[in-house]
Amino acid sequence: MASSWNRLVSPLIANNPVTLQILGICSALAVTTSLQTALVMSAALTCVLVMSSAVISLIRNHIPNVIRLIVQIVVIASLVVVIDEVLKAFVYEISRQLSIFVGLIVTNCLVLGRAEAFAMHNPVWPSILDGLGNGLGYSLVLIVVGIVRELLGQGSLLGITVLTPTSEGGWFEPIGLMQLAPSGFFVIAILIWAIRSVRVEQTEVPDFALTQTEAHR
Amino acid sequence: MSDLLLAALFHENLALTSFLGICTFLAVSQRFETALGLGLAIIVVQTMTVPINNLIYNGFLLDGAWAWLGLPEVDLSYLKLIAFIGTIAAMVQILEMFLDRYTPAFYRALGIFLPLITVNCAVLGGSLFMVERQYSFLESIVYGFGSGAGWALAIVAFAAIRERLKYSDIPAGLQGLGSAFLVTGLMSLGFTAFARIEP
Repeated sequence: MASSWNRLVSPLIANNPVTLQILGICSALAVTTSLQTALVMSAALTCVLVMSSAVISLIRNHIPNVIRLIVQIVVIASLVVVIDEVLKAFVYEISRQLSIFVGLIVTNCLVLGRAEAFAMHNPVWPSILDGLGNGLGYSLVLIVVGIVRELLGQGSLLGITVLTPTSEGGWFEPIGLMQLAPSGFFVIAILIWAIRSVRVEQTEVPDFALTQTEAHR
Repeated sequence: MSDLLLAALFHENLALTSFLGICTFLAVSQRFETALGLGLAIIVVQTMTVPINNLIYNGFLLDGAWAWLGLPEVDLSYLKLIAFIGTIAAMVQILEMFLDRYTPAFYRALGIFLPLITVNCAVLGGSLFMVERQYSFLESIVYGFGSGAGWALAIVAFAAIRERLKYSDIPAGLQGLGSAFLVTGLMSLGFTAFARIEP
């Protein structure tokens, strides 16, 4: 039981898909201008990841090795079509804001990466846990970035005003940059820095280190 | 047309403002030469797949596309994801065989990147943007080339910066991935500024 628990929890921070495995970054940046879209995207991706892990793990012994990528992509694409239609039916407004990024779950390297690296070689139950754990780890990053960008960019959370902006008589000056593309990169960079300051073992070794004499000059 | 091309190249750059293909962008930018090879491959694939997907979408999948067969109420547009990814995979495969047969030198330089392109979200994203913005066939050719070239421009510039970055003294926590994100963010700022260009 300990190992299943570990499989579920380790992708949250210790082996996070976005900040350490460099998987699924595209959507992590694009949909985080507000917390609401980030939440919907996280839910959609976690669903697809869990289901695709389960399906691919079920049929893993019947997939010829040569065409395994095509089979995996078709499985994932079919699941994404289902999720896309569900979102359009029940939360149409959010689905419009997410625009093409739900469709892009098909080529999200997180889903394909976990299918290829884990679900192809493991039984169904561990694959589901691995999918769920990685989905939650991805969601965690999206939610943190979404909170930071919406709070600092609009002074609200989930559309509810938390910090009253100056335009409405409050004290908070919204930072417009937070709603633009570059801030997504900056927020994730700071997040990575924060995680690696606490968990020093994740730090990458530099290719070239300063020699002692230069460092003390 | 020229404003469409400029927009796709600079201020609507797929990598830097729509965040498409960022995984590959960060993973394959350690060396300048490999980045250049991947960039070229992306330009070729993108220029071909976007117009082809445009034809497929308007000819088979669009609402009412089957009216000439007496089936005006058939709407297959929900199949676009599967159709597009199939086209991309097939195009990449054909390109690979074609290059292998006719330009072996080029194939050796580009070959290892071609499978990567199938799962690069910039390629699928380009086709999906084409549908969302309802480009005509001619526009889709221009957009396909422009967005591919924009992505290539971004990764080549980024790889060049990154080669120099290796020699700089960076805080331990920002080493590697962290600094890569910061640099991409700064480049993204620069590219957004191109929005002021009037063609």
